[in-house]
Amino acid sequence: MNQPQIQEDEQKHVDAFNARIAAGKTIEPKDWMPEKYRKQLLRMMSQHAHSEVVGMLPEGNWLTRAPSLMRKAVLLAKVQDEAGHGLYIYSGAETLGTDRAEMIDQLLSGKAKYASIFNYPTLNWADMGAVGWLVDGAAIVNQTALAKCSYGPYARAMIRICKEENFHSKQGYQIMAHMMSGTKEQQEMAQDAINRFWWPVLMMFGPSDADSPNSDDLMKWKVKLYSNDDLRQRFIDRTVPQAEAIGIKIPDDKLKWNPTTRHYEFGEINFDELKSVITGNGPCNKLRMKQRNDAHKNGAWVREAAIAYAEKRAKE
Amino acid sequence: METNIALYKYCVRIADTSLILAQRMCEWCGHGPILEEDIAMSNMGLDLIGQSRGFYSYAAKLESKGRTEDDIAYFRNEREFLNRCIVEQPNTNFAFTMMRSFLHGCLAYLQFRTLVKSKDDTIAGLSEKALKEMTYHVRHASEWIIRLGDGTDVSHEKVKEALENLWQFTDELFEMDEVDQALIKSGIACDISMLRAEWDQMVNEVLAKAKLERPLGGYQSKGGFNGAHTEHLGHLLSEMQYLPRAYPDAIW
Repeated sequence: MNQPQIQEDEQKHVDAFNARIAAGKTIEPKDWMPEKYRKQLLRMMSQHAHSEVVGMLPEGNWLTRAPSLMRKAVLLAKVQDEAGHGLYIYSGAETLGTDRAEMIDQLLSGKAKYASIFNYPTLNWADMGAVGWLVDGAAIVNQTALAKCSYGPYARAMIRICKEENFHSKQGYQIMAHMMSGTKEQQEMAQDAINRFWWPVLMMFGPSDADSPNSDDLMKWKVKLYSNDDLRQRFIDRTVPQAEAIGIKIPDDKLKWNPTTRHYEFGEINFDELKSVITGNGPCNKLRMKQRNDAHKNGAWVREAAIAYAEKRAKE
Repeated sequence: METNIALYKYCVRIADTSLILAQRMCEWCGHGPILEEDIAMSNMGLDLIGQSRGFYSYAAKLESKGRTEDDIAYFRNEREFLNRCIVEQPNTNFAFTMMRSFLHGCLAYLQFRTLVKSKDDTIAGLSEKALKEMTYHVRHASEWIIRLGDGTDVSHEKVKEALENLWQFTDELFEMDEVDQALIKSGIACDISMLRAEWDQMVNEVLAKAKLERPLGGYQSKGGFNGAHTEHLGHLLSEMQYLPRAYPDAIW
């Protein structure tokens, strides 16, 4: 086939792909897709899966110390859900042609990223409330948007995952509400938790639109339907009244309702901190990577045994 | 022995055993050898927490002192815990964890299978749910024992070491006293000495498939179900109980 013919065929593919997206149809694994689209999705989905798995660690930190049997069961169920989300999204990402083992290698080598928020420590029990309410709350805002994205397997995964995230966020808020109506010490724990988590949670939505290098293409391909700043604003607007309802103070002196825009105005986010954390220099980056690497390394003989056993059986 | 006092103790023994094992399962969360096992161990941990809550709640009701499941779980010291010692043994590695679940799980399975016919309706009901759970806990652990035993040289050595270290807690699984005797007479509890032969068969079958030899002789611990524990339990409890004890007025 000659060069102009190849280019013509390629253009037909591109046109068909763009038309599909414009018509609001999903792209499925066997459909033709631009290489850049595939790479972007693989990057997003693997990062998302890694975040679910690394995200088990800060909450896992309190499983053995949960203060009641009910709280222990709820937290364990939640962390188990996160593992399930990880598995589910890895499977979705595999439809783009990279297997889970390779994605995990990229995480363990530090090449792949995960959500910046999990590089912050969980220091008191109220952090379980703050993480559930705020981190999962932010995830819902992000993922509700992703549930309408153009890549079928990702969109469908998000619909299911959002249902579970809603339960997570509610259980977190319930912990906070409970602590705010509890003893003075409990109220102090709750306030301490939100003081530490509020700003890092706002950073979860990524850099402001002006500095978001991936956004243009992602929006064109309906991989991303709203900008970072839009989603962040949506999160703030829905969270502030929840905070007020339980009497917890959001640590932002500039936070105020603007009746004209019908949005909350808020203070300046320290994006230098975000940049530091996502480039490996947050409070727990080294710890999280060590925990994941240790689990992988300590489990190697188990995985090898399972493979060896399966191979023996296959020969029988 | 008065039935209610015996029954209270009987329930707390079951509940403590489930809870302490659940606590050990929680320690794995996020650190498993493969994501599927993180999910599996969390799942089993959840089942075990559920079992303990059911039996604690019933114990609290029998006691009629206004205590809750959490009061019983969080405000007793190590000498008052009545779990079998095998479940408090540390995770050490995945082979220890699976061997512990297997050796204890086989008995728990047989015990609940008998207790579904208990004349006490609450015990029968709680056991019915627990039986379903223990059926797959045993299946899951058995499959891993076989895989590890007949996997690589490394995995064989590790699971062999686990078996040899945990074996000393197996006679204790079958210990009984006047609590059991009082309840066996009234058709409430099960006579676990009658389950030994079947337990032996279940264990021997899996060990044979795993190419492991059943240990002979050696020390056998006694008395966990009356508060005589290993050094590990105190540490586990101090971690598990610290918040409610540090803030006794707080409701979580």
